[in-house]
Amino acid sequence: MHLPAPRGPLSAHLVDVLAGEVVLDATSVAAARAAAGTSAPLTDDDLHLSLWMLYELHYRGFDGVDDGWEWEPQLLAVRRELETVYERALRTACRKAVDAGVAAAGPDADLPEQLFGLVSSFDGPSLAKHLHREATAEQFKEVLVHRSIYQLKEADPHTWTIPRLPDGPKVALVELQYDEYGAGRAHRQHAHLFAEGMATCGLDRTYGAYVDAVPGLTLALSNAMSLFGLHRRLRGASVGHLAALEATSSLPCKKYVGGIRRLDLPEEIAEYFDEHVEADAVHEQVAVRDICGALVEQQPELRTEVLFGAAACLLTDSLLAEHVLTSWQLGLGSLRQPQQTEAVA
Amino acid sequence: MSATARSIAVGEGEVTLESATAEVTTRVCPNGPVLVRGADAVRDEDGTLHPATRPVVAVCACAKSQRMPWCDGTHKVVRRG
Ligand code: FES
Ligand SMILES: [Fe+2]
Ligand SMILES: [Fe+2]
Repeated sequence: MHLPAPRGPLSAHLVDVLAGEVVLDATSVAAARAAAGTSAPLTDDDLHLSLWMLYELHYRGFDGVDDGWEWEPQLLAVRRELETVYERALRTACRKAVDAGVAAAGPDADLPEQLFGLVSSFDGPSLAKHLHREATAEQFKEVLVHRSIYQLKEADPHTWTIPRLPDGPKVALVELQYDEYGAGRAHRQHAHLFAEGMATCGLDRTYGAYVDAVPGLTLALSNAMSLFGLHRRLRGASVGHLAALEATSSLPCKKYVGGIRRLDLPEEIAEYFDEHVEADAVHEQVAVRDICGALVEQQPELRTEVLFGAAACLLTDSLLAEHVLTSWQLGLGSLRQPQQTEAVA
Repeated sequence: MSATARSIAVGEGEVTLESATAEVTTRVCPNGPVLVRGADAVRDEDGTLHPATRPVVAVCACAKSQRMPWCDGTHKVVRRG
């Protein structure tokens, strides 16, 4: 994967650092602090592209970039500045949704009921509904481009959490992830099914191919998972995030399939969503009960963290849906325009 | 919570679990499906065998799924708001 086109002072600096053109020094942390001062920490382009780059060092890395950067203390200091503001913004933005979910589940509810209560009481626009009934084929492909940022590494962020869980929830998470990775069949791996679907729709299936095309809030969605996955401290949020992801999938995926059939898009992309109708009906129960429920039974202090992670999933997803639907209502595309991509380069 | 069982009630009817080993476990999810681990296939009342292709499968218990015998999430629309 190539380094992305920068979107502001910090990402420009980090691209130069990783490419070996400038040295990393105290000015880097100062630049990170400045970027972290953004008034829109949930969506800011420079902040989220920078954070995404730093996280990708832990996944696949970049062409021509030394793998040793992954654990470079000064780079981690930069990352921490960004993570601190993003995490704080997520916690603030999620508080109301968590309270509403807990209230909806009632006073005697256990954690699984609270998680389902949170998911069903969360108020957000439905992208699936629009894709089902109204979207054009071009709009459908735009959504695939947004989704490709996470879907091409589907399941990977939550895999970081496996060794951080006690035995029971760990076994359940491995069971779930095994299914995400194709249950022993490479061609059934979900990330692979998505890549196949993209390719048959005429899109570039290469990992990271569309990073320059997606707005900060799409990167933020992926960054939330990486943030939770890479910190043991946030293991509760990580599994809560997974539970919400799985619990908001089956029914919407059925609508995606309906939209694909209506638009006569290739069978391969229908296959990806079709697999998720059935798989995620299983995964949501495993994630909510056998992972999150069992974890909180053993470690009750993680309850609010699990709910926070779930709300963060719903929130980041709804920010993307809102952006996409609003862009379309205005007759615009939801991806970054080429001039926008070049102007800051 | 987990138990060995060979059949699952689905609405008014039931399905049968087929396994080459004795290690089939089921777990009832309140207002939802029954999670089944260790089954090779599920036989419905017409005698049709549905192979289990994942490590754990969710057998629909509300009888409203559009992909019987598997749960497809429809129980949420039916029983919850
Ligand atoms: S239990 Fe019937 S659809 Fe889920
Ligand atoms: Fe998946
Ligand atoms: Fe899943």
